[in-house]
Amino acid sequence: MQTIETRHPDFAREVRERSGTALDRCYQCLTCSLGCPVAPDMDYMPNQVIRMVQLGLKDQVLSSGTIWLCATCETCVARCPNDVDVLRVMDTLREMALEQGAPTPQPQIPIFHRTSLESIKLWGRQHELSMILLLKLRSRDLFSDLLMGVKMILKGKLKIVPERIKGLKEITAIFQRVQE
Amino acid sequence: MRYAYYPGCSLESVATEYDESARAVCERLGIELWELADWSCCGASSGHCTNLKLSHALPGRNLALAEEQGLDTVAPCPACFLRLKHTRHAVREDAAVREEVERLIAMPYEGRFDARNLVDVIINDAGIEEIRRNVVRSLEGLKVVSYYGCFLVRPPDIVQFDDAENPQSLDLIMEAIGATPLDWSSKVDCCGGSLSLTRRDIVVRLVGDIAAAARDVGAEAMVTACPLCQSNLESRQGKGPLPVFYFTELMGLAFGIPEVRSWFHRHLVSPVALLTSHGLL
Repeated sequence: MQTIETRHPDFAREVRERSGTALDRCYQCLTCSLGCPVAPDMDYMPNQVIRMVQLGLKDQVLSSGTIWLCATCETCVARCPNDVDVLRVMDTLREMALEQGAPTPQPQIPIFHRTSLESIKLWGRQHELSMILLLKLRSRDLFSDLLMGVKMILKGKLKIVPERIKGLKEITAIFQRVQE
Repeated sequence: MRYAYYPGCSLESVATEYDESARAVCERLGIELWELADWSCCGASSGHCTNLKLSHALPGRNLALAEEQGLDTVAPCPACFLRLKHTRHAVREDAAVREEVERLIAMPYEGRFDARNLVDVIINDAGIEEIRRNVVRSLEGLKVVSYYGCFLVRPPDIVQFDDAENPQSLDLIMEAIGATPLDWSSKVDCCGGSLSLTRRDIVVRLVGDIAAAARDVGAEAMVTACPLCQSNLESRQGKGPLPVFYFTELMGLAFGIPEVRSWFHRHLVSPVALLTSHGLL
């Protein structure tokens, strides 16, 4: 059971400020969850996450599977009758979860994001083949989609050799500045 | 009609047929695409998913490059389009965001020029009449459903394009080239593209539902404007899959562009038998 002592009263304010979203406007109409394509796979429905943020249940929210399973499809944002930008809230929660090193039941998804951003940092553009190989190593998932991968390479759908953009230094600088 | 063309990473790899067909069709329609020199990745979707500053800085560099040229940007990939659109919107709405983006990219950027998606430019700037005028072989008898997916139409306040729940642009283009666009219920459903490499089970379910809805109304193929949807829909459909076309490929076929065969050969689900059965190849 969640007791009042383990709540974080500042959590809602922090999420509201960082996301720029007035999430206290949510009146639990469930429109976001009803239209969410990934809702059946989530541990908490999107509307529940909003409520949990309001209640300051920081640890549960940041270690939920929901924040990583959100497919960023913008359906909830388009349909919310009160203009709550649920996706911006999810983005903020993901960023906070990474900052805090919160545990997650979906570790392969943050690994995917990290690997994808590293590819951009390295080449200036996404190089799918090396990114996918590295992702497979890191998430210990070597054999899925092997045949499809071969087919895609034969069809010329995965570039073998990556190319660096000329302005890579600018990209490196951007990544440095966002970390400051 | 001159634009800064932002192909995006997918059009260099999984979707080269989209890149080639987009360029070829635009040339016929008198739309000049000037590829943005030394463009970089917009960060979709890992940038905005994990880092707010990065979510604006990565698209911001490209928008600033286009602003130097004094051109609106056109992005064929809806995911890129939305990232560019979000950043331009944020920069114009909030002086503090603008200052932050300019500091992060070390370039001036005011948000003077728009970011557009390719469907928008083709249907609204070239126009349906111009499309019709270029048709040399009407795609009569080909029954398709237009699949818009997420980022062409959502969120409506940001994209400012078509209708968020029942968009028509792709259907009108299909009609103009002689194909039969069918009405159906999954036009704007999400295919789960962002989870394609991490939760196949979810994606197989979502793609299966979309394909079943297409079959229900008697579609022979799906038509999309998104490289992530196209690749996801073709690779995760399971047995007896429907082919999935880029709208520009079917336009190219109707316009009599000779390279169509090489585009179709790159598909994971070959559309050749279907098109041959209609006497279109």
